[in-house]
Amino acid sequence: MRTSERLPGHPDFLWATADPKSSYDVVVVGGGGHGLATAYYLAANHGITNVAVIEKGWLAGGNMARNTTIIRSNYLWDESAGIYEHSLGLWEGLEEELDCEILFSQRGVMNVAHSLGDVREGRRRVNANQLNGIDAQWLEPDEVGKLAPVLDVTDRPRYPVMGATFQPRGGIAKHDYVAWGYARAAAALGVDIIQDCEVQGFETDGDTVTAVKTSRGRIACGRLALCAAGHSGVLASQLGVRLPVQSHPLQALVSELLDQVLDTVVMSNAVHVYVSQAHKGELVMGAGVDAHLGYGQRGSFHVIEEQMAAAVELFPVFARAHVLRTWAGIVDVTPDASPIVGHLAQWANAYVNCGWGTGGFKATPGIGSVFADTVAHEAPHRLAEPYALDRFVSGRLIDEHGAAAVAH
Amino acid sequence: MLTLPCPFCGPRDETEFGYGGEAGVAYPERPADLDDAAWAEYLFLRANPRGWFTERWVHRAGCRQWFTVRRHTVTNEVVPDAAAQEVR
Ligand SMILES: Cc1cc2nc3c(=O)[nH]c(=O)nc-3n(C[C@H](O)[C@H](O)[C@H](O)COP(=O)(O)OP(=O)(O)OC[C@H]3O[C@@H](n4cnc5c(N)ncnc54)[C@H](O)[C@@H]3O)c2cc1C
Ligand SMILES: [Zn+2]
Repeated sequence: MRTSERLPGHPDFLWATADPKSSYDVVVVGGGGHGLATAYYLAANHGITNVAVIEKGWLAGGNMARNTTIIRSNYLWDESAGIYEHSLGLWEGLEEELDCEILFSQRGVMNVAHSLGDVREGRRRVNANQLNGIDAQWLEPDEVGKLAPVLDVTDRPRYPVMGATFQPRGGIAKHDYVAWGYARAAAALGVDIIQDCEVQGFETDGDTVTAVKTSRGRIACGRLALCAAGHSGVLASQLGVRLPVQSHPLQALVSELLDQVLDTVVMSNAVHVYVSQAHKGELVMGAGVDAHLGYGQRGSFHVIEEQMAAAVELFPVFARAHVLRTWAGIVDVTPDASPIVGHLAQWANAYVNCGWGTGGFKATPGIGSVFADTVAHEAPHRLAEPYALDRFVSGRLIDEHGAAAVAH
Repeated sequence: MLTLPCPFCGPRDETEFGYGGEAGVAYPERPADLDDAAWAEYLFLRANPRGWFTERWVHRAGCRQWFTVRRHTVTNEVVPDAAAQEVR
């Protein structure tokens, strides 16, 4: 055994661990990226600092530190362009805003097309993006090959590359740094970050949610803001609200550390794989969702196998890499692959932000600021308005299956 | 990988099956009579429990029959529930 003096000292804590107070103006449930960002913007933009973020496990132990960190704003519809581009704009200033490193790297994101249908859909999306002022381009196979030389753009693969959409401002960031950055900045403004504290039910009085019942006692709330991602349906049902979300396992994996071979992000919806190479050198790859419902934070290995088969077919050099680690998160999928954000009509003071499914990491700063604004003003922010729950009754769906589906 | 008990073929790997989601969701008898809220409920609202769940699977790469099981959505324990067979 080495003596302890060879080990580095414990780093300073980035935020103070708080014990719950008896009451807060706003209780945010869920200490993932969305909950932390919401709390930060409530304090920073709206001066509401008597806020608690309540997390049942550890900070970012849900999807926040399990995702593959792809950031882009090239979704199809205007509503999506609104929220995702707002978010991308905030990403571009986030290191300064939070005064902390988040390794945000705008290395570009490519969505590869493998069929005539994909090509048409991709070109349509590029056009829609350009009309919304988003930096989208269409790449022919030879241009794809120049940006990603290890990608096989010949006609050898079973599903050859027929082109790609490309968003140069897209990229990746380091997810846990983002969570820690928001936690530290929120705590510095007076927000209490309470971990190991599970919300188990609610106390209500008439049409008002008066308190959350937690594993660490009762905490009264002026307003309630749910940011529980995969567990949103469980919490909403405790409030008597049924949400059109289904919780599925979503898996990802990393390889060992390798020399840099890929310096952009490559996604392929058709063959279900997306790849980037993290700063340290590991290949980070994600799959499609497991078909069944699941809350166990694990999925089935055949999904990983299919994803590997697709990756090796597209990137023959990856055949020599090894899978080091696989894991899963619980993603809350909606019928139109778009989120649900807004006031819960049944309750005077309860708000929900959920349904980001497989693609909410990129939205972290954007939805944090928009949801905080919605809760602060007790009225939907302009960018949140289209995402109200009643769209499933009115029929005003925001169908992003083409741009989101298994992709991120 | 899950092992699912096909009532006709016995226990088989998950890769042979397709998923059908919540059991017991019947097509409305008179769809035209439903208002928008009721129609939205039929189309979009499904149970999503953390715990025991009664769900449909189809033995796609086998006997091609649909059947119902109860599965725990955290542990993935699967029980062929005789009563559940009647839920469609
Ligand atoms: C494998 C994988 C890959 C992904 N890849 C991408 C990607 O490349 N790009 C992208 O944009 N998105 C991606 N996503 C999606 C993204 O991770 C999520 O949409 C996003 O993280 C959800 O917001 P969040 O960070 O707040 O969620 P979470 O981090 O899951 O936060 C929710 C928190 O609520 C807590 N909670 C739940 N119930 C309770 C309770 N009763 N009491 C207290 N706390 C509770 C949970 O413990 C959890 O910490 C991916 C997801 C997964 C799983
Ligand atoms: Zn069978």
